[in-house]
Amino acid sequence: MLKYATRRVLASLPVLFGVLVVTFALARAIPGDPCKAILGEKATVEVCERFTREKGLDKPVMVQFGIYLNELAHGDFGKSIRFNRSVVEILIERLPTTIELGFAGLLIACLVGIPLGIASALRHNSAVDVATMVGANVGVSMPVFWLGLMLAYVFALLLKDTPFWLPPSGRLSAGVVATPFYEVFGWELAEDSFAFNLSELFANMFILNSLITSNWAVLRDAVTHLILPSAALSTIPMAIIARMTRSSMLQVLGLDYMRTARAKGLTERMVVIRHAFRNALLPIVTIVGLQLGVVFSGAILTETIFSLAGVGRSLFEAITARDFPIIQGFTVAIAFGYIGVNLVVDLSYTFLDPRIRLD
Amino acid sequence: MAATSVTASVSFQEREGPSENLWLVALRRLFRQRSGIAGMVLLGLLTLAAIFAPIIAPYDPIQVLIGVEPVRKRAAPCVHLLGCPADQPQHLMGIDGNVRDEFSRIIYGTRISLFIGFVTIGVAIVVGTILGAVAGYAGGWVSDVIMRVLDVLLAFPFLLLAIAIVAVLGPGLINAMMGIAVVNIPAFARVIRSSVMAIKEEEYVSAAQSIGAGPLRILFLHVLPNSISPLIVQGTLGIGTAILETAALSFIGMGAQPPDPEWGAMLASERNQVFSAPHLVFFPGLAIMTTVLGFNLLGDGLRDALDPRLRL
Repeated sequence: MLKYATRRVLASLPVLFGVLVVTFALARAIPGDPCKAILGEKATVEVCERFTREKGLDKPVMVQFGIYLNELAHGDFGKSIRFNRSVVEILIERLPTTIELGFAGLLIACLVGIPLGIASALRHNSAVDVATMVGANVGVSMPVFWLGLMLAYVFALLLKDTPFWLPPSGRLSAGVVATPFYEVFGWELAEDSFAFNLSELFANMFILNSLITSNWAVLRDAVTHLILPSAALSTIPMAIIARMTRSSMLQVLGLDYMRTARAKGLTERMVVIRHAFRNALLPIVTIVGLQLGVVFSGAILTETIFSLAGVGRSLFEAITARDFPIIQGFTVAIAFGYIGVNLVVDLSYTFLDPRIRLD
Repeated sequence: MAATSVTASVSFQEREGPSENLWLVALRRLFRQRSGIAGMVLLGLLTLAAIFAPIIAPYDPIQVLIGVEPVRKRAAPCVHLLGCPADQPQHLMGIDGNVRDEFSRIIYGTRISLFIGFVTIGVAIVVGTILGAVAGYAGGWVSDVIMRVLDVLLAFPFLLLAIAIVAVLGPGLINAMMGIAVVNIPAFARVIRSSVMAIKEEEYVSAAQSIGAGPLRILFLHVLPNSISPLIVQGTLGIGTAILETAALSFIGMGAQPPDPEWGAMLASERNQVFSAPHLVFFPGLAIMTTVLGFNLLGDGLRDALDPRLRL
């Protein structure tokens, strides 16, 4: 297993390098002067010259790429041109927003999509099946940005002053503070140390942090803020997962061992869960893993609509502001996420189906 | 032995009938699919709306109605049948932020959306087919290089890659379409490559080679016609996605620019008014969803009709 994982990580290095090259090239190919983009159109020639020199942007592109690779190999993602802060610091601040959003979106998609898929496979061609499939078709056709805005209109405005009201923006209400768990526990962490950065990353996942610190008020607030954006984000993956679950279940339900399982007197519940669903799970897990790209693309839009400072929106803003270090650092982080999730999906196959040997 | 196999293949041919009929069979199967019919009806209506836009739309899509009619900016829909006073001018979907008739803009927007869908996927199909065919036919390092480059493209979230491409080319509808086309190339290249790899081992390809047909002739006359059905299915589904993605780019300001009546851009320009004028967000979004739904339903129907094995 470990050997396989190592080999997989090594095999993904060329793609990762390709991602680095493409990102670097695309970022440099964006027309316009980063100095003018960040300091404004009125920046004088002298100011711009100094700015370009300070940021190392006057060096040849190949040299810049070399410096960048060298820094990256040392775990240094560079400094944002626009905020003059380290990219890692900004990543630690914003990645948790996207992780929470994406995770919640995928969770809703699975919790709704999988049971719907199973139900429509069990009642093939029934009203439930037709409704699910029509719903799934509508779901994959749904513009995420539109659904987000309409959800905000219904839940934040129409349902105002009802118990169903939900906040349309941000991660926490004004005045609500999520005290990091390491402060609550009284840990002494040196600023900028790896342990501090890692703790800060987890502490910025407000739901996780409030669970660790048993701060129910913050948990409630964070969850209510997360419902609308994650619901908007979940529609397309939900539709795809429901369709895949249905077709995978339909295939399994027609097999001989299903008849055997029923013949030996198992309850229908046992037959469906233990025999059918377990065997239908492999393609479902694959498709769930593939939703990461959909979720991330959706996150760019959802974060824009619900005013969340996540990775998606930050990247979009960095592209328009020509903030190269942010573009590069964040893209690399996303590429790592992709590779990591794909690896986890592949490794999970061995647990789901012991016949599969990875080595 | 040889004689038997020839007889077998002849009788097989007779049972299947000539190849033209397969398309008729597929068409007949498509008309039996509920989703296929629903998709065709939706798309038929949208196509009619696009063709007859000047007749259906009561106003010019970029005409500002200040001084023409006594209407307010972002006025709610006024439908006479639903009780709107007859002395007020009828605006089925209300008035937008620049005092233009929303309904007329939505109708004209159909033209833009269908154009976006067909052109982006057309470009993606042409480029993807060439790359996939070359990769599949040549094999070896050529295939490796092409497929690894496409892998790198696939390693980016599609919207992010499209944003980056548009950032390089500059915002605008055509550039956004190019961005979306590039993002869609890998999918088509993969479909064609796998078909080509399977088909090039067939006997009729060897037969063509043995009578001296060149690789291009084989590719265009034998291999591509036989891999057309997965391409049609992928293309139809792809058009829907392309419309959705281009609308998303327009929504974040990187696609169509004002005053073009593009649905994503229309939605974007009024998104801060969603609480005061929800109709200006609702209708463009509904239009996008309906169009994409049409292509998805038709794509599903085509998939079932053309290749039942691919059914999802």
